[in-house]
Amino acid sequence: MATQLQSRAQPPSDPAASDDAVVLRDVERVFDDRRGEPLAALAGVTLRAAPGELVAVVGPSGCGKTTLLELICGLQQPQRGSVRSRPAALMPQHDLLLPWLDAVDNAALALRIARVPRAAARGRAQSLFVELGLGGFEDATPAELSGGMRQRVAFLRTLLSGKPVLCLDEPFGALDAITRAEMQDWLTRALAYEPRTVVLVTHDVEEAIVLADRVVVLSPRPGRVVAELDVALARPRSRTDEDVVALRERALGVLGKSASGARA
Amino acid sequence: MRRLAPLALVLALVGAWELYADLGSTSAYVLPAPHTVAAALWDNAGFLAANLVPTAEEVALGIALALVLGFALAVLVHFSATLRRAVYPLAVGSQAIPIAVIAPLLVFWWGFGVLPKLVVIVLICFFPVLVTTVDGLRAVDGDQIKLLRTFDATRWQAFRFAELPAALPAALSGARIALAVGVIGAYIAESQTATSGAHAGLGHEIEADLTALQTPRAYAAAVLLFALAIACFYALSLAERKLAPWAHPSRGEAT
Repeated sequence: MATQLQSRAQPPSDPAASDDAVVLRDVERVFDDRRGEPLAALAGVTLRAAPGELVAVVGPSGCGKTTLLELICGLQQPQRGSVRSRPAALMPQHDLLLPWLDAVDNAALALRIARVPRAAARGRAQSLFVELGLGGFEDATPAELSGGMRQRVAFLRTLLSGKPVLCLDEPFGALDAITRAEMQDWLTRALAYEPRTVVLVTHDVEEAIVLADRVVVLSPRPGRVVAELDVALARPRSRTDEDVVALRERALGVLGKSASGARA
Repeated sequence: MRRLAPLALVLALVGAWELYADLGSTSAYVLPAPHTVAAALWDNAGFLAANLVPTAEEVALGIALALVLGFALAVLVHFSATLRRAVYPLAVGSQAIPIAVIAPLLVFWWGFGVLPKLVVIVLICFFPVLVTTVDGLRAVDGDQIKLLRTFDATRWQAFRFAELPAALPAALSGARIALAVGVIGAYIAESQTATSGAHAGLGHEIEADLTALQTPRAYAAAVLLFALAIACFYALSLAERKLAPWAHPSRGEAT
């Protein structure tokens, strides 16, 4: 597996590369709304993520971002186009920790499902807790954890699934600004320690630029890719870095144009 | 203060009852005064206790069986929409069957022992457990199941890791509801499948005492049923907090 994990700073630029971890081609996904009328969530989305790359998908609410992740995870099928991905695990918007399990058991859930005995599964989760600064919280129940801590445990649960692709659905959306900034730093460190291919969905353009190798901008519903920005900036990044601010302005400009275009 | 509140309420109610009975507008055969009930309780302590034992056993065993049956049915119904359509109307209808109608059949099959009584209690008590458990199983977040699916969980594993624990407190809540009707169920079962034994349970004893105009002793037995229901209710609350502490985070009082 290690050979698949290329440096995140230099994702392969060849668009025809066949060893991409995630490839979506002209994907269309239509739902029936409440009255049974067809409602397009995604209209011809093409997207790829190289192994070890962190791709952020930004767009206004309702542009099909969650649908995109569920397609990658195989929870939904497209009506048109193709979806190819290495095995992917989902980190849903809400932490969905199980209230009857402590933090370590929650983090080790995927291992238990893979039939790893409980003691061994806990052991692996515990060592990751220590490595990633969660030591001391092992036995806490979800109710005893803060929002940020719960998201960290939820992320470790996704990480410990061992899937090469992680689909993160607005992981920090419900957190306050200070906690969110801390979590972004933490996620950067966690992925440096355990590199994976990540597709991160967010409505926070700044977050996308601080975290991602590449930012994909979706239009309002039905979602289409309206821009792709390479973020070739050194890590760790801060929201106040000049380059981050400049890229943010560009992305917001594209988003604004696509929104007014959709209204017209 | 909080602990004294229920006691104060009981005292006020008993006081009102005492006054009403002492005013003499009703016969003591119809409504004995609390102090005569207390005297009957004291004088017949051994006799009443001996009758309380089989009734308490029936209620405890009956609730336990109803919990198992209601839970098992709920799981079946949860897994199969066909079964749900087949079982639910029958389960609802079963609650409308007057026990008196089937009592002779139960006696014919199983005689006057404990079995027909258990059947009656389980018949009455499985229903609330079934309904609350089915709701508990359905209340599991759909996103939770999606998450487990991305971890390649089988249907059984999704049940075992997410749905089963979530349904446990719901089932115990159902058992607490069932308890209130379960005590009445024991009374009905004992009075309907009447036995001639000396210690046939409080239901049988109340029935006999009312016929013999031993009203104070019948009331004394009713007081014991009252206490039995409360004791079982708190025992179940305690069990719920032991088995499913996450359902009641840091709550001091049993409710």
